Amino acid sequence: MLFLRGTGGWPGVGWRNPFEELERMRRQMDWLSTSLSRDQSREVAAGVFPTMNVTEDRDNYYVRAELPGLKAEELDISVTGDTLAISGERKLPVEDEKAQYHRRERDAGRFSRIVSLPAQTDVDKVKARCIDGILTVTLPKAETAKPKRIVAKSA
Amino acid sequence: MMDTENKALQAKEKTEVTASAEQTRAGLVFTPAVDIFETEKEITLVADMPGVRADKLNIGLHENVLTLDGDVQPPESADEVDVFREYQTGKYYRQFTLSQIIDQGEIKAELKDGVLRLRLPKVKAATPRKITVQNA
Repeated sequence: MLFLRGTGGWPGVGWRNPFEELERMRRQMDWLSTSLSRDQSREVAAGVFPTMNVTEDRDNYYVRAELPGLKAEELDISVTGDTLAISGERKLPVEDEKAQYHRRERDAGRFSRIVSLPAQTDVDKVKARCIDGILTVTLPKAETAKPKRIVAKSA
Repeated sequence: MMDTENKALQAKEKTEVTASAEQTRAGLVFTPAVDIFETEKEITLVADMPGVRADKLNIGLHENVLTLDGDVQPPESADEVDVFREYQTGKYYRQFTLSQIIDQGEIKAELKDGVLRLRLPKVKAATPRKITVQNA
């Protein structure tokens, strides 16, 4: 009885589950560490324009880049096996000479970037399109790079 | 225009809007890069908003505060898995205070390839009027 009163004075920690508070702290630490590492992954940027996102599903790799103002035909895209090269130039139209600028944050210039993909792709079936300033390159995986289901036979 | 012949483009990280009060929905909010220039007749605003479709862009002008608000749908389909990610997607939001009186009825907006071009014509200067003082 005396013992129970002693621990009961500490809110949140009951005698029945003394690890409850520790468990809650562990969850908070987990949350903290995942949110920190998520921030870290946000800065993977290679420092080369354009920044790219690469995703995959079972059959394809998808390479995306934000290229506002660029049209697909202004880009030079080439694929060799497992590398994709994109280059081009972003031009900004010349405005009125008398125009006074209040802000100038958009950049123009040349760019060139090469990305390595984790596996070989089917070079002949690569497709690229530019919609609303976002370039999407769809690269079908080569047959050898696709996951194969192997059925084990019992003797 | 500056000489851009030999200039290489640098990758810039997208700037996230930091004010928390304006976020009422989940997801990231970014500040679009803009050019603003002014001529005698009008103010032009050019903003990079990749991924924004015309029907998802809201432009508001209220008491000289111009608001750009563009929603971006994630381009990835549900069964895609990240290999690596260098940029995040989210909506765009930015507000500007306009110094000149803008002719609100004449504002023209054009969104093409992820670039918004907004033309804000200035109100024509009020024609001078002569006020005659009458004898009492």
